[in-house]
Amino acid sequence: MIKILRQIFRTGIVTEPLPPEEGAVISEVGTKLEEAIRRRFMRSLTIRQVDAGSCNGCELEIHAVNNPIYNCERFGIHFTASPRFADMLLVTGPVSRNMEIALRRTYNATPPPKLVVAAGDCGCNGGIFGETYASLGGIDKVIPVDAYIPGCPPTPVALLNGILRAIGNK
Amino acid sequence: MSILRNAITSSLGMDAEFKEGNYPASVDFCVVPRGKFVDAAKAMKKVHALLAAEWATDETLFGRGFGVFACYRWGSEYLIVKIELPADDPIFPTITNKFVPAYRFERQIKSLMGVVPVGLPDSRPWIKFEDWPEDAWPLRKSFDALKKMPRVEGTYKWIRAEGEGVYEIPVGPVHAGIIEPGHFRFQAVGEDIINLEERLGYVHKGIEKRFESLSWQDGSRLAGRVSGDTTVAHSLAYCMAHESMTGCRPPQRAQWLRALFLERERIANHLGDIGAVCNDAAFALMLYQMMRLKETLLRTNHKLFGHRFIMDKIIPGGVLADMDQDGKESMLSEMERLAEEFERLVVIYDENSSLEDRVRDTGILIPEKARELCVVGIVARASGLNLDCRTQNPFPPYDLIKVNVPVFIYGDVNARVYVRIKEVRESIRIIREILRSLPSGELTSKIEMPSPDTSGFAAVEGWRGEIIYWLQSGPKGEVNRCMVRDPSSVNWLGLEQAIHGNIVPDFPLCNKSFNQSYSGHDL
Repeated sequence: MIKILRQIFRTGIVTEPLPPEEGAVISEVGTKLEEAIRRRFMRSLTIRQVDAGSCNGCELEIHAVNNPIYNCERFGIHFTASPRFADMLLVTGPVSRNMEIALRRTYNATPPPKLVVAAGDCGCNGGIFGETYASLGGIDKVIPVDAYIPGCPPTPVALLNGILRAIGNK
Repeated sequence: MSILRNAITSSLGMDAEFKEGNYPASVDFCVVPRGKFVDAAKAMKKVHALLAAEWATDETLFGRGFGVFACYRWGSEYLIVKIELPADDPIFPTITNKFVPAYRFERQIKSLMGVVPVGLPDSRPWIKFEDWPEDAWPLRKSFDALKKMPRVEGTYKWIRAEGEGVYEIPVGPVHAGIIEPGHFRFQAVGEDIINLEERLGYVHKGIEKRFESLSWQDGSRLAGRVSGDTTVAHSLAYCMAHESMTGCRPPQRAQWLRALFLERERIANHLGDIGAVCNDAAFALMLYQMMRLKETLLRTNHKLFGHRFIMDKIIPGGVLADMDQDGKESMLSEMERLAEEFERLVVIYDENSSLEDRVRDTGILIPEKARELCVVGIVARASGLNLDCRTQNPFPPYDLIKVNVPVFIYGDVNARVYVRIKEVRESIRIIREILRSLPSGELTSKIEMPSPDTSGFAAVEGWRGEIIYWLQSGPKGEVNRCMVRDPSSVNWLGLEQAIHGNIVPDFPLCNKSFNQSYSGHDL
């Protein structure tokens, strides 16, 4: 136990004020995000992530948004296990034919405002997988999308930015 | 003469026709008559070979019918056995009775190529869902990949368990966390799992078919997206298979950089996995500490090579990213910090008795089963199988680097964590060695188009395990077939077996300790 405590104190808080390279932009985004979430979502934006057919690259970066360095919870963003509690669906794609029905069902199970963010190049337009017998292309071919986050995969900063855009839109 | 080649020759005699291919030296290739396919499997079983992959090709563009291939592995040897089937009679005898993993491969061959394994005990489709038209065989040349498929009525027959107190838990495809989709169906009594049935295929994006419409160059980008967490190893395996077809030899510096990328990918993923396993046993500290270390690695990747996961930096003929002296030094000091911090965390992992209680004796895949299922990679090494392409089929520069392969025999969650722990240490050592001896020179060699009707093969040890690519060129030198065998294709079978006798709440823990790719399996 003493080793655990020592490790905790040694590490301290590693959460970055906001990544220095994107400094100005991000601190602006972060503040706006926090502000919008406070105003529109009672300080808590709950996101359900849905993998509708991605290669799992985007999932890695969505995990990173939750790591102690980006620490999205400080802005009031929380990832939930059920679409029933979600304000927003963060969907990665392309939508595979075999996931289309599950994605529609998840969308239908989400209460309003049902914000949808398409993450990654494939989520935006099908990416390298295109539109084929097995891939339906971008998320907006199946459910309405409020914001797009391009990138292969989008960086954690780009993801935070995209989430902000989605809240700002409605 | 090699052991596998010997075994085939002594059992089939003149029936096995060995041919020279454009394969690496460790790979033998022979064609046998259709009726001798099972005999070949028997001969392989006799010498304790493992089945690495089984797949089919449509060779109608060459005026032939279909081909069915089985690839066996023993030690450092691979042997590919091919049978040829006429287009109007696409059936072949199953080898599932000899090799269990053939069961999934053959279901897949039947579903996607429409070539029928006779005698296969399970005739249900795989990856092809019940709402696909029955005659939709995407891997056939006559199938138009761009045409939308209609949905039809159909049902999938699940394995049922009956009896007093037996109940079912369906999980997925949309899971509770930030993970990929797949369906698991448990039959349980109380908390005890009596059976787990997996159903995968949800993220089938038609990757193998897609390869056929891309150029050889673009293929490496698609290979880098077969499974995003293994982007380096997949694009490397694709490029090596392509290079084996054309006789291209990438410059030395490129080969060493490729190994550097591969080891960095291994460390990053292992760190994430060790943390995630602990988190699933409610020990969140470890997750956040490991994620912190992983993030520093990813940032260095971005700074030095321009991408956090080093995606698209390996191309046919070489690499697209380089490093200078400054980069070398910053990576060396990064490794020093990482090694120090990592060891401290390993001590915490070791000394936490409540964590130990969860990870020990949980989700055991016994060595006999691991061998029977022909699992690979971390899963195999945690269950007593000493398999690692880096030592058994050392592609440059691994022929010059000695890799110590950790092997455990317990096959439980702890063993799979410990394989990762030891591999992180080993990869740190390898990276230091690479940085010490990184040769100077060019980054790319010129690569030609392959000549028509040739095939190439490569096996690369990604962080999950052995990745196999088998490529075949068409009549105009284009991609006729690209077979991808991610470690997940075989290792998913191991999870089903490891879960027997465990309790439902331990499933996430077991699953995480396997951490197989859905996308790499579904393709």
